[in-house]
Amino acid sequence: MEHHLILRVVTKLLVGTIILFAFYVQFHGDFSPGGGFQAGVIMAVAFILYGLVFGLDAVQQVFPPWIVHKLVALGVLVYAGTGIWNMVLGYEFLHYGSLNPHHMSHGQHTGIIWVEAGVGITVTGVMIAIFYAFAGRAPRLGDDDW
Amino acid sequence: MTLEFFLGHVNYWLFIVLMMTGFYIVVSRGNYVKKIVGLNIFQVAVFMLYISIGKVTGGTAPIFPTNSQGKIKIDPEIVYSNPLPHVLILTAIVVGIATTSLGLALIIRIREEYDTIEEDDILEIEAAMAQAENDEHGSAMGGRA
Amino acid sequence: MATAVEVHHTALTLRDHLPILQILIPFCTAPLIVFLGYRSLAWPMAFISSLLSLIIATMLLIQVSDGSYISYHLGGWAPPVGIEYRVDAANAFVLFLISATATVVLPFALSSVAHEIPCKNHALFYACFMLCVTGLMGVVITGDAFNVFVFLEISSLSTYVLVSQGSYRDKRALTAAYDYLIMGTIGATFFVIGIGLLYMTTGTLNMADMADRLVGQGGNRTVQAAFAFIVVGMGLKVAIYPLHLWLPSAYTYAPSAVTTFLAATATKAAIYVVLRFMFTVFQPDFVFDTHILVWIIGPLALLAMFAASLIAIFQTDFKRMLAYSSIAQIGYMMLGIAMFSVTGLTATMVHLFNHGITKAVLFMAVGALVLRAGSTFYDRIEGMGRAMPLTGAAIVIGGLSLIGVPGTAGFISKWMLVQAAFEGGYWWLALIIVASSLLAVLYVWRVVEVLYLHTPHPDATHTEAPLLMIVPMWIAALACLYFGLDTRFILDAASTAADGLMAGSAGMSEISSAAAAAADH
Repeated sequence: MEHHLILRVVTKLLVGTIILFAFYVQFHGDFSPGGGFQAGVIMAVAFILYGLVFGLDAVQQVFPPWIVHKLVALGVLVYAGTGIWNMVLGYEFLHYGSLNPHHMSHGQHTGIIWVEAGVGITVTGVMIAIFYAFAGRAPRLGDDDW
Repeated sequence: MTLEFFLGHVNYWLFIVLMMTGFYIVVSRGNYVKKIVGLNIFQVAVFMLYISIGKVTGGTAPIFPTNSQGKIKIDPEIVYSNPLPHVLILTAIVVGIATTSLGLALIIRIREEYDTIEEDDILEIEAAMAQAENDEHGSAMGGRA
Repeated sequence: MATAVEVHHTALTLRDHLPILQILIPFCTAPLIVFLGYRSLAWPMAFISSLLSLIIATMLLIQVSDGSYISYHLGGWAPPVGIEYRVDAANAFVLFLISATATVVLPFALSSVAHEIPCKNHALFYACFMLCVTGLMGVVITGDAFNVFVFLEISSLSTYVLVSQGSYRDKRALTAAYDYLIMGTIGATFFVIGIGLLYMTTGTLNMADMADRLVGQGGNRTVQAAFAFIVVGMGLKVAIYPLHLWLPSAYTYAPSAVTTFLAATATKAAIYVVLRFMFTVFQPDFVFDTHILVWIIGPLALLAMFAASLIAIFQTDFKRMLAYSSIAQIGYMMLGIAMFSVTGLTATMVHLFNHGITKAVLFMAVGALVLRAGSTFYDRIEGMGRAMPLTGAAIVIGGLSLIGVPGTAGFISKWMLVQAAFEGGYWWLALIIVASSLLAVLYVWRVVEVLYLHTPHPDATHTEAPLLMIVPMWIAALACLYFGLDTRFILDAASTAADGLMAGSAGMSEISSAAAAAADH
């Protein structure tokens, strides 16, 4: 791990920023361009970048594969759960307005935030899972093979 | 067919060219990865078709501007592009990613089992397997399969 | 909307939510299985959720049996803007078939999957299975054209994964899954191009609204191109004769439980989509004017009935033989469509159901044979009918139904088809149907001969399949007999469905008038 000092330092600096940017895109998704899909991919990029530079083992210590698999499922459950909660409130599936019946548009905001959160979680999970699946199959590059 | 007709539909011409290119690659290439690449081009062509449908002449991004208090300000003068095809294509892109990654995952497993990802070689291996099966089990059919 | 608006809203009951629950229950089961991650919980959860969807499908079928339809607005957005789930006689019938098959196949899958797939994949296998169920039911229930594509891809992607699980027994499952992926994706992309062209013409994605706006557009070339793309795209998924190349390998190398489920449902859901687009979106008149039924679908159906049956006769593997027989049977269904009459469509709907249960029996028997004999090559299963009497008897019942012997479900559909042929004045067609049934006699007889008249393999010590396999197999086998004797339920449901389809689209106007009527109350 002596090689590529610049790469490693820059990556360490970037990872935090990328994650922050992902959250920005995530939480601005309900009223400006952005949302769960984009945020999820950006979030995953942070981890994939870390994995590319520091190796699969390092990133799997941060983000073990079993958590990734749970996240994939959790996001879908959050999405569907939002819809089911609307049904419990007596409205149609995914009728966000029900979250605030006196102020339908506020309810829409709340609902879309939850749904986007679900999408974001799943997309992050799926992207990292795909990276793990493919990277795990390739022969590992030693530090001297660069 | 005037020049205007041609230029006015340039997106659609390109869609046809891209689509047929992708389709041709899928059909003609023997390498499994190249087939997936062709499939991707084929799908991307469809994205282009949809996005072209959504374009409104002079239209801008369909986001309502907000004023300083954060209130939405709707100006009937502004023409917006149709956002629906973009939303549809977002879904189609996700489907495309899923298809591509599943296809590549299958290719990895095929490579592990067959040691090749060339269709010709694989067909040869499978023909040999079928021949062996036929030799072993074909007696029930009088040696034919 | 800055001001608070008091909105009166009558809370929806569980009964109103049935259409969405039909999709939601299996859909939520898949991530729940993955999230909980207990291998032992996966099967019970999958089974309970498919049982619940069967109950819901039955309730929906009863509700729409009078020819009415139920419309469910997702997110409270009224169609044509919002996505609509629309249940009518035709799709309630297919929903019932899919959920019933899932419920019957799952108990069978327990021991079959344990035998054929490594333990570590089990939880994910059942999650994938539930996604496949969701996708197929979603394709059928939705009233939104683009939604059909999305659900189609959910079901297809999970199907590719399920097929590839056969690779632990035979590595050719991988290439079969890959070929299926390539062809399936081309089909889906063709379909989505067709939807795009329709959207260009009509500016809507709701099928009923689309139908309203397509009236009188028969000469529009964009619409004609859209029709061609949709029929070819779905034709790939249906496996209409020359587009069937993915089917034999996929069915042969997939795990037995997967083959059973796919053979009974996947192509059926695709046929439903073809019907829905031909008769609801494009309207019967448009389809008639294109001459596609007479010049393309009809001849290809006849070709399938003979060519695929002939290939089936010369197979040495029971499972592969059944795969080819499926292609031939799809020919019968397409023939019913090609006759372009209510009786013809009834025959298609009836055969869709009857062939579903028939193939379920036979492929479950294949699974039992694989468990006991290791494979289904004819020389491996010689004399197995005597070693496994219950499985053997089920194969005989399924085989008879495949031929169309009176007293079995297969007879009813063939009878309807022959009746439709006479009604249309094509007496020669009736002869052809009978002739192709004779080919079925040949390939079924080969299996029966191998099972009963050959001496068992000397070193074979075979016992009957486990009870968990026998019970689902016999439920399906008894259904084959029951629906062959008591035809009321099936004929009523199918003819209501066919009437609805031949009448064309109910259109959007009915919705708005219904909404107005509801507002008056």
